[in-house]
Amino acid sequence: MDLRRYPGFLAVTIACLVILYAPLIVVTIYSFNGSTSITTWGGFSWRWYADVFTGPEAPRFKAAAWNSLTIALIAATTATAIATAAALAMVRGGRFRGKQATFALINLPLMVPEIVIAVATLIFFATIGLTTGYLTIVIAHITFCIPFAYLPIAARMQGIEAHYEQAARDLYATRWQAFRLILLPLMVPGIISGYLLAFIISLDDFIITNFVKGAGMETLPTAIFGSVKQGIKPNIMAISTIMLALSALIVTLSYFINRSGQKARA
Amino acid sequence: MAGPVAGKGSAAGADYRGIVGPLLLPTWVVIGIFLVIPVGLMATYSFLTKEFRGGVIWDFTLAAYDQFFLNRGLFGDEPPSIEWTYLGIFWRSIWQAGVATLICLIVGFPTAWFIATRPERTRPIWLFLITIPYWVNLLIRTVSLKFLIRENGPLNEALMGIGLIDTPLPLVNTNLAVQLGLFYSYLPFMVLPIYAAVERYNFALTEAAHDLYASRWVTLREIVIPAVKPGIVAGCILVFVPSLGAFLAPDLLGGAKTFMIGSLIDEQFKGSQGNWPFGAAAAMILMTLVMLVLILYARAAARSEAR
Repeated sequence: MDLRRYPGFLAVTIACLVILYAPLIVVTIYSFNGSTSITTWGGFSWRWYADVFTGPEAPRFKAAAWNSLTIALIAATTATAIATAAALAMVRGGRFRGKQATFALINLPLMVPEIVIAVATLIFFATIGLTTGYLTIVIAHITFCIPFAYLPIAARMQGIEAHYEQAARDLYATRWQAFRLILLPLMVPGIISGYLLAFIISLDDFIITNFVKGAGMETLPTAIFGSVKQGIKPNIMAISTIMLALSALIVTLSYFINRSGQKARA
Repeated sequence: MAGPVAGKGSAAGADYRGIVGPLLLPTWVVIGIFLVIPVGLMATYSFLTKEFRGGVIWDFTLAAYDQFFLNRGLFGDEPPSIEWTYLGIFWRSIWQAGVATLICLIVGFPTAWFIATRPERTRPIWLFLITIPYWVNLLIRTVSLKFLIRENGPLNEALMGIGLIDTPLPLVNTNLAVQLGLFYSYLPFMVLPIYAAVERYNFALTEAAHDLYASRWVTLREIVIPAVKPGIVAGCILVFVPSLGAFLAPDLLGGAKTFMIGSLIDEQFKGSQGNWPFGAAAAMILMTLVMLVLILYARAAARSEAR
């Protein structure tokens, strides 16, 4: 008799997965609905995907998508660089004064509620007189992306023993050489995970962006939110499905990179 | 004897000791300037006077907190009594977040247990399945949920189709919809820490309990749950805290009757109707509440570790 098995737990797990996936699957199916009404099924069609790219709202969504992607690229790249430097100091820097405080600082964006960060950031930009727009969104995104990039990078670095670098250093490699030729290649899976995580978090953000975007600036989430306020239209479901596919792709990529990294270590 | 480089004091695993400052400088500068200072400014703003076009006048006053906690009548000349409007919104938020956390726990614990007791090879796949939806844009997930459960949406049609109900369930704009939305948003946060705790759980304890004639459920209650409690508490915090300040789920799935803190704060910064000092004060109160929960948790965790 298997003591680990509890009757009903499998059913709850299945229910859990159904609840998690049902809305996404339903929206994906309805994004291929040929009818203009969202309630009746009018046969399979690509028309709403065509509408996303060529319809009356296409220029708006195109601009928003461009903003979202470039902001996510800039924010993820900058945050990953900052987080990698911080991880070097925190993991390979020995003990130093203020280490606890620095750790708390890095994780601060995770502890303060998003809406509070949004309010504080808006007030800050208003006080220093920086007009809200693209730049303010980028700054805000870099800030809250840092912990998301830091956590996988630091975790990976902790898993790499210092012996390899030590050996290189004993063979007269400079610190920079030991980093570039030994530590950095070993850290690649962690850095990629951190980067993808930061990228997806930036792409995902609505609340903070909505506060600091200013008038006339849109990212995909704020553009979608604006449309949804007037009701869920079929083209929104098509956009949602595209973003869903993109997220699933990035996560799957990150999963396999992480796994191959773990296998290489084992 | 190691080479001269190692002799320079690069203690094992601390090669970057000398340049900790420069390495951390970007982090300190970015988070310091763009998060710590803004939060400080927000605290200051909560004591300033509101300006009517949105924004503030630099005159110090307690008006924002006064408006939050005290009712002085329509013209402000009555003796102050407790103002229930905003406390009510906070209380409702705590309640909604609490119910969502409870639903997450009821569904999340069996799920985490089930996954953690799978063979080691298949566990990552189950975990992966649980986490994928979390990586899908929260806005899109919330909109999808609304699409599914709306009055003449697929869920109601399916339920009526199989004859379970005669009239569509009015789910949208109810407390239940908001709780469902919060549950749906943060469920993986509950599963992952409980999973980690169950994975570390020593099943010899279960066997010992079984040998002493404890039933499955008694074992679960008396042995397992106390052992994995840190994971359960961590999961509850990770669901409760973001639910408390959530904006999308209450805004899209709820109505006027399900107004939560997030929407209250958001409203103060939109257009000329806003009140920045009041919004800042509400945000301060929310942040204090969250920090209180986190501090209590950290202290409890430290205490159980010391034991």
